[in-house]
Amino acid sequence: MIDLVAKSPAAGLLPVTVGASTLSEQPVTQIYSIAPFKGAHVSTALKKAVGLGLPNVGGSKSEDGVEILWAARGQYFLIGAKPPPLPAAITDQSDAWCTVALTGENTDHVMARLCPLDIASMEHGDVARSLVGHMSAIIVKRKGGVTLMVFRAFAKTLVHDLQTAMRSVTAQATLPD
Amino acid sequence: MRINCPICGDRDRREFYYLGAADYLNRPAEGDLDGIHKYLHIRENPAGVTKDLWHHESGCSSWLVVERNATTHEIHSVTLASEVAK
Ligand SMILES: [Zn+2]
Repeated sequence: MIDLVAKSPAAGLLPVTVGASTLSEQPVTQIYSIAPFKGAHVSTALKKAVGLGLPNVGGSKSEDGVEILWAARGQYFLIGAKPPPLPAAITDQSDAWCTVALTGENTDHVMARLCPLDIASMEHGDVARSLVGHMSAIIVKRKGGVTLMVFRAFAKTLVHDLQTAMRSVTAQATLPD
Repeated sequence: MRINCPICGDRDRREFYYLGAADYLNRPAEGDLDGIHKYLHIRENPAGVTKDLWHHESGCSSWLVVERNATTHEIHSVTLASEVAK
């Protein structure tokens, strides 16, 4: 048998540090999309099984290495655990996403060049669907930065776009008056 | 231009995809050939208030009915298409 070696989406591209900002890939873990059927109640059963119920629109919940994000209208991403059978459409998307963390004091300025949202006005744990460059992304505000998720096939573009913005913001900050 | 998505809040135009007139929500009855012809090909083009379907493509994925003024670019209301089509 051939032993295939699994590669993370941004393998060989990250981490990168430019000035005060660092971009690093987050470990590949389990990601399940949960889209409750119309009118179905899944929160209680989910909480019983994985310890977390559904978050509000634009929110997230996390505990003991398990996280659940609002991911779109009527859709949630359970990260780091497998959901029980629920009255919902459930798909395993673990290998479908590239997840990176952008940290550093100028995170907001880097994001301002690529994303139409005002990242500074988001609270820790807030989740938004929006654009990073031309890519549809899931954006989670964190203490000291953001977590960004894009489709796996966009990993190289995401790193390129972010790295370019990181360089530009850092260069601008060092220009003489 | 910004659209106030009922799910996501005030968002930049680039997150949205424009489909066309909100008339698309009113499907004609099966077999109504005249109705289907009008549904597909005949559109009002008002210089004033118009209702369109927009998709929050890079946001929450909702279809929206956006009522706006084509002459002043003012947006009067944004409603979930699922509410309108009920
Ligand atoms: Zn939306």
